[in-house]
Amino acid sequence: MKVAVCVKQVPEGTKRIDPGTKRLDRSGEGALNSFDAHAVEEALRIRDAAGGGEVVLVSMGPAKAADALRKALAMGADRAVLVTDDAAAGADLVGTSRVLAAVLEREAPELVLFGQQAADADGAVLWSAVAERLRRPVISQVAELTVADGTARGKRQTEFGYDVIEAPLPAVVAVSDAINEPRYPSLKGIMGAKSKPQETLVLSDLGVEAGAKTEVLALADPPPRGETRKLEDDGNAAAQIVEFLDERRLL
Amino acid sequence: MNLELDQEHELVRQTVREFAEQRIAPVAEELDREARFPYDLVRELAELGLMGMTIPEEYGGGGADTVSYAIAVEELTRIDSSVAITVAAHHSLGTLPIYYYGTEEQRREWLPDLASGRRLAAFGLTEPGAGSDAGNTRTTAELRDGSWVINGSKLFITNAGTDLTACVTITARTGDGEVSNIVVPNGTPGYGISEPMHKLGWRASDTRELSFEDCAVPEANLLGPRGEGFKQFLEILDGGRISVAAMGVGLAQGAYDLAYAYAKEREQFGQPIARFQAVQFALADMATEIEAGRALVYKAAWLKDQGRPFAREAAMAKLYTGLLSNRAANASLQIHGGYGFMDESPISRLYRDQKILEIGEGTNEVQRMVIARHLGL
Repeated sequence: MKVAVCVKQVPEGTKRIDPGTKRLDRSGEGALNSFDAHAVEEALRIRDAAGGGEVVLVSMGPAKAADALRKALAMGADRAVLVTDDAAAGADLVGTSRVLAAVLEREAPELVLFGQQAADADGAVLWSAVAERLRRPVISQVAELTVADGTARGKRQTEFGYDVIEAPLPAVVAVSDAINEPRYPSLKGIMGAKSKPQETLVLSDLGVEAGAKTEVLALADPPPRGETRKLEDDGNAAAQIVEFLDERRLL
Repeated sequence: MNLELDQEHELVRQTVREFAEQRIAPVAEELDREARFPYDLVRELAELGLMGMTIPEEYGGGGADTVSYAIAVEELTRIDSSVAITVAAHHSLGTLPIYYYGTEEQRREWLPDLASGRRLAAFGLTEPGAGSDAGNTRTTAELRDGSWVINGSKLFITNAGTDLTACVTITARTGDGEVSNIVVPNGTPGYGISEPMHKLGWRASDTRELSFEDCAVPEANLLGPRGEGFKQFLEILDGGRISVAAMGVGLAQGAYDLAYAYAKEREQFGQPIARFQAVQFALADMATEIEAGRALVYKAAWLKDQGRPFAREAAMAKLYTGLLSNRAANASLQIHGGYGFMDESPISRLYRDQKILEIGEGTNEVQRMVIARHLGL
């Protein structure tokens, strides 16, 4: 079973927007997006349960994103493909999905896994854009995944219970962080990560462009919270809350 | 000159830090309070390959360098010293002597279980009357009918009495002015292990008093040539000092991180106390000394990895980080104020765990003696 996992390096610690470029400041320490660690873990389990195959990491980012890939390699992934190109800096969803889709076309995996979102931009839509470009079915928010007999079956929690969705392979699946507990890289994995194949591509290798079709015009802090009211519970606080909500037609 | 760590080193740091924060931090206070040995954590550390890091892979170890090992010990101590000393004593005191001085047969017998962390090992040097003066060892081993018959006692021995412990390597007099190292398997008749000793710190680690009464082990359990014991344990202690020095840096870093977070959050006189110069200066001093201490530790570890003499730097690193961790734990608790004096505050545990770093594997005074000797004094 060949599984591709799309992963991203995200800034560690407090996020900061560079006011000059209006982009996220990626100059500091970076780490493997924690949501993606769940996708990597799931891919490793699927590969191992299938008794073989390959887990390929696919990423786009600055050259130092290789550090995040190395962590996923240390966890047990087999190889990594990183697209890094100055022309791709600041790529938006449209551009990023084009690049990832181009790599995935080349790799032709049976299953593509994503974490449900990146901890920096929190978009949670890239997987659907990539699936659209690949013309493949997508299942999102998957908390339990079964891959067998040429199908992927994903279970996801909803407000009222569970959706169980089945899609024929090849398919794209975005996993939720409830799906598993990612393993820590073992010392053996860490020592072996360096010798695993790590391919670095530029946009011209893929024949695609990645620039942004969108432009960030302005950034602003969320407005400060309006007036707040504090209730001391003297026995009828619940009634007061109901009254408050009712006044605003929120019930 | 290149002071950059390798990518492996960074990954080791990141992994052990995450493990320590996610797996150890939530249980550290409880383990300490109940003086309970961390069996579950040892099992998990073994699965990650962190119990026998520098032992070659062919013997079941990780094949990592001493710098990686020092980083791992540092990161464990940043969160909890009891777990860190369990790993460090097992690796550097319990397992390395068998790797260094064992015959191929002894290595094959012991190392796969020890290096993988399935079993633990201890090293017994200190005696009731032989601490800094290790040459004053009273325990004797007499060769009788193909067996070493051991009599005497050992004190403050880490990891000697856990359910996982396979053996202890002890120093014993095997003749006039002759000291040798002998491996004693747990369960050998005549080998008695006390109840766990109660301690100011390192409470979740296993510390025992050992007694030997006509305890007979096979002649083949002698480690290395007869009479080499003194030289061997001096070498073992040189390396062990890197472990404990790494613990000093880790403990100081942990104390600093706690103080930093608390100072930013705690408000007095209408602002976070981190705004006050008195607090800023304390944190600035800590950060500076930690940087210096870490450089010393990594240099000693690096020298060892290069196969170059490192005893002088290891003693300096041990002395400096012992003093540094003392100042850092004290300054951090001071920043915490009354909250830091309470049991539920992690700094109170770090404060208690610190003192032994100036005593174990050679007191500050012994380090100064070693350094003075290297200076030609």
